[in-house]
Amino acid sequence: MSVLEVRNVGKRFGSLVALRDVSLTVARGELRAIIGPNGAGKTTFFNLISGLFRPSAGTIAFDGRDVTELPAHKRVALGMARTFQITEIFPELTVFENVRIGAEIASGYRLRPWISRAEKTEVDRRVHETLKLAGIDGKAHRLVGELAHGDQRAAEIAMALALRPHLLLLDEPTAGMGDQETYEITQLIRRLHRDSNFTIVLIEHDMRVVFHLADRISVLDQGSLLAEGTPQEIAANEAVQAAYLGKAA
Amino acid sequence: MNGRTHKLLALVAIWAALLLAPYWMPPLGGYTALGTRVLVLGLAAMSVNFLLGFTGVLSFGHAAYFGLGAYGAGFALKFLAPSTPLSLLCGMLLGGIAGALLGALIVRRRGVYFAMVTIAFGQVFYYIAFQWSSVTGGDDGLRGFSRQPLDFGLFSIDILSDTNAFYYFVLVCFALITGVMAFILRSPFGRTMIAIRENERRARFLGIPVERHIWIAFTLSCFFMGFAGALYALLNNFADPRGLHYSQSGDFVMMAVMGGMRTFWGPLLGAAVFVVLQDYLSSITVNWMSFVGALFVAVVLFFPRGLLGFIRRKSEA
Repeated sequence: MSVLEVRNVGKRFGSLVALRDVSLTVARGELRAIIGPNGAGKTTFFNLISGLFRPSAGTIAFDGRDVTELPAHKRVALGMARTFQITEIFPELTVFENVRIGAEIASGYRLRPWISRAEKTEVDRRVHETLKLAGIDGKAHRLVGELAHGDQRAAEIAMALALRPHLLLLDEPTAGMGDQETYEITQLIRRLHRDSNFTIVLIEHDMRVVFHLADRISVLDQGSLLAEGTPQEIAANEAVQAAYLGKAA
Repeated sequence: MNGRTHKLLALVAIWAALLLAPYWMPPLGGYTALGTRVLVLGLAAMSVNFLLGFTGVLSFGHAAYFGLGAYGAGFALKFLAPSTPLSLLCGMLLGGIAGALLGALIVRRRGVYFAMVTIAFGQVFYYIAFQWSSVTGGDDGLRGFSRQPLDFGLFSIDILSDTNAFYYFVLVCFALITGVMAFILRSPFGRTMIAIRENERRARFLGIPVERHIWIAFTLSCFFMGFAGALYALLNNFADPRGLHYSQSGDFVMMAVMGGMRTFWGPLLGAAVFVVLQDYLSSITVNWMSFVGALFVAVVLFFPRGLLGFIRRKSEA
């Protein structure tokens, strides 16, 4: 069964057409990469899926349910979590506190003026479990704002994981990172996909990362879907080479 | 010494100072009623800061809910029944319910726009109180009521003429409300407020309906504000339209910022500095506000985290 089903989605900002008639289906457990040149509409597409904007046309279904008109926070409640190209975290809180907020929300405590000792212990356990999964348990009590960029990104992914999502949307997880950090984040995403079986959609510029991780790749160009297929198929696709890989080389 | 013992010691020091105020203030040239004023205005500044410092939302019209609390208490004593607890309840409800209704209209605004709309609504209440003389007493304020002795059946406490008794009554009220505030701030809901302050977009994508949570925080802060206003009416036996005016809102924000808006107790310190300076300087010059203003500018320039923020940083270093 498909986790995400996007049908004929379009988005215009005034006279600018950012996306035109894009359709895409992501199966459960799949890792899908979305690539394309700058300005192809990748981030706009993510913003439509996650509910930051409404599409001008088309529908978005998540776990079989039409979410086209749902606001972002309700999509999160249904199990959709995302990260941003520029890391969005709570810089003045510790890593633990950053992740705890998501863990409490996932446990349904969002409006609670108190929690019992047992509930608190359970939340703490879950936060540490999530931090371990993201590989930053050792930095739990550091302020996120003081961490290196790669660790901040790992913390942001941990915040998303704390929500126990069915779908993880990662917008350029390795943006602005050096080789070592890129390698570590790539390994983290790989673990989440292979070992923990998360369904992941990611936007990525680094072709090594994309071809290393993705089950399937969708290529956007000038707001339209240019091609879709396995990494091998995409690498062999002439239209893609002309629009994207050719330009990069 | 670790952070936790530091915090505990600070807390003990604060409560010891508050509990013993009627004994240490007079030798230093103060008087008990001044201490009561610090508590009441401090509670109001802490209520403003519940929103400003912990949700990151600046209301410049919170005096409206403070003033409504004062009028609510006054009306209750004058027209309903001569009962101090009832007057506090009425003041709190009037401020809180008005806050809940208006808050629902303004939580979608942000930053400067939010502040402007809160000023506008605040001024509406100011002009109502000012113009509707037959009910509110207009410019002269609402008079003709006074706080009533606390009747416990077996005994009663005279909080009207015994200023020390009234101080301790206000201190108990203060402890109750600040206790509720601290409790909420340590709860999962309180942590969502801090999440909104730190990063609204991230909060939204953690599944927090940001507008609804801001509305709840705004409403809670208006209930606290209404309660503080009711205490203020009991303190003065009088409700003043100037208590609703936006310049009063500005004073509360100033106390919070001066004391340290990222700290829980900062606004109380800010209120103490403000009230004591006002009391002292206004007996010397009518231009006392220029001195308070100069101090405010100095604090913002040299201690951007406020007085308490600065003290805390020093003690941690």
